[in-house]
Amino acid sequence: MSDTKKKETFGGTLIFVFIICLVCAALVSISAVGLKPMQQANKLLDKQTKILEASGLLETAGADIVGTYTKFVTAKMIDLDTGTIIEGASIADIDMFDERAEARDEAKSIKPKNDMAGINRRANHAVIYLVKNDQGQLDTIVLPIIGLGLWDLMYGFIGLAPDLNTVRSVVYSDLKETPGLGAEVLNPRWKALWPGKKMYNEQGEAAIKIVKGGAKQGDVHGVDALSGATLTSNGVERTLRFWLGEEGYGPFVTKFKDGGLD
Amino acid sequence: MSSETKKVLFGPVIDNNPIALQVLGVCSALAVTSSMANALVMSIAVMLVTAFSNLFISLIRNQIPSSVRIIVQMAIIASLVIVVDQVLKAFSYQLSKELSVFIGLIITNCIVMGRAEAFAMKEKPGISFLDGLGNGLGYGAVLMVVAFFRELFGFGTIFGMEVFKLVQNDGWYQGNGLLVLPFSSFFIIGLTIWAIRQWKPEQVEED
Repeated sequence: MSDTKKKETFGGTLIFVFIICLVCAALVSISAVGLKPMQQANKLLDKQTKILEASGLLETAGADIVGTYTKFVTAKMIDLDTGTIIEGASIADIDMFDERAEARDEAKSIKPKNDMAGINRRANHAVIYLVKNDQGQLDTIVLPIIGLGLWDLMYGFIGLAPDLNTVRSVVYSDLKETPGLGAEVLNPRWKALWPGKKMYNEQGEAAIKIVKGGAKQGDVHGVDALSGATLTSNGVERTLRFWLGEEGYGPFVTKFKDGGLD
Repeated sequence: MSSETKKVLFGPVIDNNPIALQVLGVCSALAVTSSMANALVMSIAVMLVTAFSNLFISLIRNQIPSSVRIIVQMAIIASLVIVVDQVLKAFSYQLSKELSVFIGLIITNCIVMGRAEAFAMKEKPGISFLDGLGNGLGYGAVLMVVAFFRELFGFGTIFGMEVFKLVQNDGWYQGNGLLVLPFSSFFIIGLTIWAIRQWKPEQVEED
C-alpha cells in the first residue's frame, strides 16, 4: 500500500491514530458548536411557523414570522392534571420546554391509564399558546399534540376557538408517515376539512372521529379519513381523543371553556 | 482541461457509473429518491463527502499505517458526514428534517469507502479530489433520473411544482402508488442500467 515502505511500529500507529482522532474530533466539535445558534434559531422558527399556521396567521405574517409571533402569541405553561395555568413559570422554562424529555423523567411525567395515543409516558406539564387577534382579544388556543401514526410518533398542533370546542386547525409539524399516503395529513385539502368541526359532544366527551369512506354532510364531529392511510387516520383520531380526554387537556378545557383565559 | 482530468471527473457519470456499472450505493438511492429536491441535496452531500474524504485521505496516504487504514478512512469519512449534517441543519432545516437519517448513512455508502480505498490511497490529492467529485456526480446523476420518474409519476410534480394535477386535488392524474414506495427504485435503477448498456454494450459483463 504505502510506497515509502517505511516500517510500521506499534507506537507509531498508535500516535497516528491518536492524531487523526484528535483532528476529526476538533472538526466535528467546531462545526457542532459553531453552528448551534443557527440550528436553534431554525428550530424555533419552525415551531413558531407551525403555531402561526395553526392559528391561521401564517398568511398575514408573510416573511415576518418572529415579529408576528411576538405580537400575537403568548405561551403559557399548564399543569395537565389540574388544568391550571402555572403563573410562576419563567419564560426560559417555557421556551426550553421539551415534552419528550420531560416524559422520560419519571418524576415529571405519568404513565397514562388509557394510552390511546401510544406515547407511553406523558409529561405533567404542557406549554400552550394563546393567540390574540388584531383587536387584542383571545382568538385561538393552540395546543401541542403527540401521537403514534403508522411508523412513528407524529408531532403537531391543534388550534381551538375560545370555546375550546370549535376546531380552527389541525397542523402536523413533524412526522415520518409514508409520502403520498399517511403524509397526506399535510395536504392543504385535508387540513381544510377541519375548521368548524366540534371536538366535544353535548355531554362534554371527546367525540371527534375520522370516518372511513367520508364523513356525512353536516356531521360536526366527523372528518374524512385519508384514503390508503387507515393506520395514520386511526392514529390521528386516537391522538386527538387522548389529548382532549381526561389524561390530556380535558381538565384544562373544563376549567376554561366558558372563558377566563384572557 | 486535459483528457486525463476529464476522464476522472466525468467518466463516472456514464462510462463507469458507481450505481449503474459497479452497483454500489443502491441503498440510499432507494431511500431518498421520492422527491427531486431530496435527491439533489443528497447528491450534493455525497459529492462533497466523497471529494473531501478522497482529498484528505490522499494527503496522508503515505503516512497511514496499512494495518489501520480502513479505520482511519472511516474516521475521516464519518467526521465529514457529521459536518455536512450540521451544516444542513443550520442552513436548510426543512430538508434536514427529512434527510437527516440518510445523511448519517452516507458513512456506510460503499461509494465513499470504495473511492478512498481504490483511488485516494494511490493517487495525488488533486486528482483524488476530482475523482471524488466525479463519482459523486455519477451517483447524483442516477439519483436524479430515479427521482424524476418517481416524483413525476408518483406525485405528479417536478421539484414540487405541479405537472399532472392529482385526483385528490380535483385533477385527472391518479398518482402511481408503487412509485411512492422506496422499492420501486429497484425497477427504475434496473431499467436505467439496461438503457445504459443498450447504448454502451461494452458495459455488459461476459458470461
